[in-house]
Amino acid sequence: MSIDQANQSAFERMTSARPILTAVDVAGKVIPDLGERMLLHAGPPIGWDRMSGPLKGAVIGAILYEGWAEDEARAAAMAEGGEVTFEPCHHHQAVGPMAGVISPSMAVYVLENLTHGNRAFSNFNEGYGKVLRYGAYSTEVLDKLRWMNEQMAPVLAAALAESEGLDIRALLAEALHMGDEGHNRNKAGSLLFLKLLAPLVAKVAQDKATEERILQFVGDNALSVLNPVMAACKAMADAAHGVEGSTLVTTMARNGTDFGIRVSGLGDDWFTAPAPTPDGLYFSGFSAADANPDIGDSTITETAGIGAFAMAAAPAIVTFVSGTPRDAVTATLEMYEITTAEHPHFTIPTLDFRGTPTGIDLRKVVELTITPRINTGIAHREAGVGQVGAGLVRPPKEVFEQALIAYAERYEL
Amino acid sequence: MSSVVRSEIRSGAYADSIVLMQLQSALTRLPGVIDAGVVMGTKVNLDLLASSDLLPESAAAAGADDLVVVIKAESDEAAEGALGQIDSLLARRSTGGDSEHCPRSLAAAIKARPDSNWVLISVPGRWAAGVAREAVDLGRHVFLYSDNVPLEDEIQLKQEAASKGLLFLGPDCGTTIVNGVGLGFANRVRRGAIGLVGASGTGLQAVTARIHELGGGVSHALGTGGRDLTAEVAGIAAHETLDLLARDPDTRVIVLVSKPPAPRVAAGLLSAARATGKPVVVHFFDFAPPAHSLDNLHFTNSLSRAAELAVELIEGGAEPIAKAEIAGGEHRPSHLRGLFAGGSLAVEAQEGLRPFLTPLHSNVPIAGVERLADPTRSQGHTILDLGSDELTVGRLHPMMDQQLRIDRLRQEAADPQVGLLLLDVVLGYGAHPDPAAELVPAIEEIRREHELEVVAVVIGTEEDEQEISSQIERLTAAGARVFRTVTEATTYISRVLAARRPTGGTPVALDVLSSPVAAINVGLETFYDSLTGQGVETVQVEWRPPAGGNAQLTSILERMKG
Repeated sequence: MSIDQANQSAFERMTSARPILTAVDVAGKVIPDLGERMLLHAGPPIGWDRMSGPLKGAVIGAILYEGWAEDEARAAAMAEGGEVTFEPCHHHQAVGPMAGVISPSMAVYVLENLTHGNRAFSNFNEGYGKVLRYGAYSTEVLDKLRWMNEQMAPVLAAALAESEGLDIRALLAEALHMGDEGHNRNKAGSLLFLKLLAPLVAKVAQDKATEERILQFVGDNALSVLNPVMAACKAMADAAHGVEGSTLVTTMARNGTDFGIRVSGLGDDWFTAPAPTPDGLYFSGFSAADANPDIGDSTITETAGIGAFAMAAAPAIVTFVSGTPRDAVTATLEMYEITTAEHPHFTIPTLDFRGTPTGIDLRKVVELTITPRINTGIAHREAGVGQVGAGLVRPPKEVFEQALIAYAERYEL
Repeated sequence: MSSVVRSEIRSGAYADSIVLMQLQSALTRLPGVIDAGVVMGTKVNLDLLASSDLLPESAAAAGADDLVVVIKAESDEAAEGALGQIDSLLARRSTGGDSEHCPRSLAAAIKARPDSNWVLISVPGRWAAGVAREAVDLGRHVFLYSDNVPLEDEIQLKQEAASKGLLFLGPDCGTTIVNGVGLGFANRVRRGAIGLVGASGTGLQAVTARIHELGGGVSHALGTGGRDLTAEVAGIAAHETLDLLARDPDTRVIVLVSKPPAPRVAAGLLSAARATGKPVVVHFFDFAPPAHSLDNLHFTNSLSRAAELAVELIEGGAEPIAKAEIAGGEHRPSHLRGLFAGGSLAVEAQEGLRPFLTPLHSNVPIAGVERLADPTRSQGHTILDLGSDELTVGRLHPMMDQQLRIDRLRQEAADPQVGLLLLDVVLGYGAHPDPAAELVPAIEEIRREHELEVVAVVIGTEEDEQEISSQIERLTAAGARVFRTVTEATTYISRVLAARRPTGGTPVALDVLSSPVAAINVGLETFYDSLTGQGVETVQVEWRPPAGGNAQLTSILERMKG
């Protein structure tokens, strides 16, 4: 099979995947091989000593949340002393935004790919402000986590059990026609999510107060749907992974220190380089000096053909990249040059309903020296401060070059 | 006045030379700057910098993919200030605000404009072949301006294009006018009925401009690239374009212009020009024409004369010569064997045929004709002087004794590659009393047994005792085509054999000349500007060296394409 054919096959697997949100369950119960004292994190593998501020904060928060340690100092000592194992979410069919820390007792969304049978998982989105994913671990943060996992999760689990499952691919396709690009802008998708959940929640909620709080929480958070969307993208990308000879990129992820990619035909090897700092707009009071290097698994959206790749669908957020609506179109047009084909389900009205550029081809990235565009939030470099801006980042080109060289070795070119 | 020199090297930052020049001139206008150098760090460029005293040690190690900026200034501050402005000066080129997407690859450009039929390539030579190959693979006609393209790439690409019925003009093709649109460097000239093929860009410009000045007009002017008529490339593009103009109903007169062609290539091209039947004005530099004109061929000795002659031919109502006379023999054997009794006639025959038949062999070769290894065995096209000493040992001269010639005629006729026999019949005192009496039975026998043509040159007068009219009459009745001069005979032969040349490749469809030009420009933005200035739909590809010029990665990518 030629490389083109292998890529076509991987592309077809990616785009024919049909991820359905079927359940909410406890991470330790459903995520394969999630150990008892194990924390999953965003991006490629990393040890405590090299973790950036936000990831360290999230790890401490998760240890405290699990009750493995009484206080911050003890939690840090555990992490440092090897009492806790760290593994990438990506090694466990999971993804998480920003720090992306998932601990065994946290609730997770369960996505099932109807087409290929694989599953994917993501944690819940905590909304804005002081949140674990940006490394905050104050009492207030942990209290909110408890409410989400102990109060909201059982209701959502029961609600989903009442349904046939929510078709996240269909939701995304619709959201792209409503001004979302699925990564930085999920306003429309989150409202669609609320619309789907509301009657189910109303049906199963034991009391009005809980129902009201859940619906308010989901509706107030314009990122509510980001986590199920990421898990859906993960299910699509995993379906495309492992096609012999394919140069399709199936993972792009950052841990706040390194940027890593994996490639369909190159097994589970990561190719990593130092994560760059995003270019973007900062909230008032913050500047580039406050920014942490790029972090999070949310680049799974670009990997699956949305996010910055669908920028032309989301002119409302072009100001994040200090541009004009025309620049949004240009951004998407550029991504067609490095992708395999156009998505059959995700289309862009302003481009005459052309499919989004999907399936990053390692060869094209290296040959044309065009790295993928990524829309991203910017985390403060210190644990717990939170989001300080949003903007654009591109992976270091070295990761693609390394992967190309590895491909040549593996396939004896 | 004291001065400082500062430099900056930007690794892998490719920019085309026009951008570099604009940057250089903008830098030199900055306050305190005495001089500036902005180049890609090739050996040649670094030497140039050194010769202008603009190569500090810090820049000497730059490589060919590095952008080198050197500032000579009155002070450190001025130098550093200038270096600090590089980015903003480069950015000034793109008009701010909305950005138009510029595709970075040919594939993306073609996707954006699927109706594009031409690809113009002006990237540095070592990458040009890669871009050109992609263009040919994508089924587009190519105008390749870049030079320094390896010869083997040129040959392979031209053969590939020819097999697909695509035009491949270049490398090092400066000028083309197709369907009224100038590609590369071209003059604005009136449309008309004169079509040009040129292995010389400025040659084409000179002729087209002169035609315009004389009131004539140009149908198309197709450049082939400077190396097309070398022995190695063998005129692939010249044959392709000549064939196209021959079939083009809008072209009534053709002009062929070339830098000094390889003799064999010139011969092949002149034969092809003969076969077009259209009047063809030929101007090859450093080339001795066989005659002032020959059938439809007209030789000139200057570019301006070529233009004048072409215009005169149009004004004189140029008509193609009758095709009937020369057509229909493409698959017939095409080797000529000339068996001469007269030594000087054998020499004149060589002179007349040398421009068209190569290699030509003889036992008495003139310059440019190859010596037969064994005079008793002919090879390819051969002109024999049967009166030469080594063949007449112990026998009478063939002017008197026809037997030697008749034996040799039979020997030649038996060679299946031979399609034409040429012989002379010299009358007069001392000659055979009735050559026809011996030759006619032999000719009749040969023509019965073999499908070949016999051409005879009869030299003599009505006063001669052999009676020339009777000789001619009997030879003609035997099936020979008889001429009274060698020139007439060789003109006829080269015309007939021109029509028998095998034609290779897939003919280029005529619509390349009639469809509106829609172009993709890879390289120099000036070409993009001049195309859009002519109202041509053009997509500019923002080309960069593949993999940033990294040799290891480029080689892997190349292998992945295999």
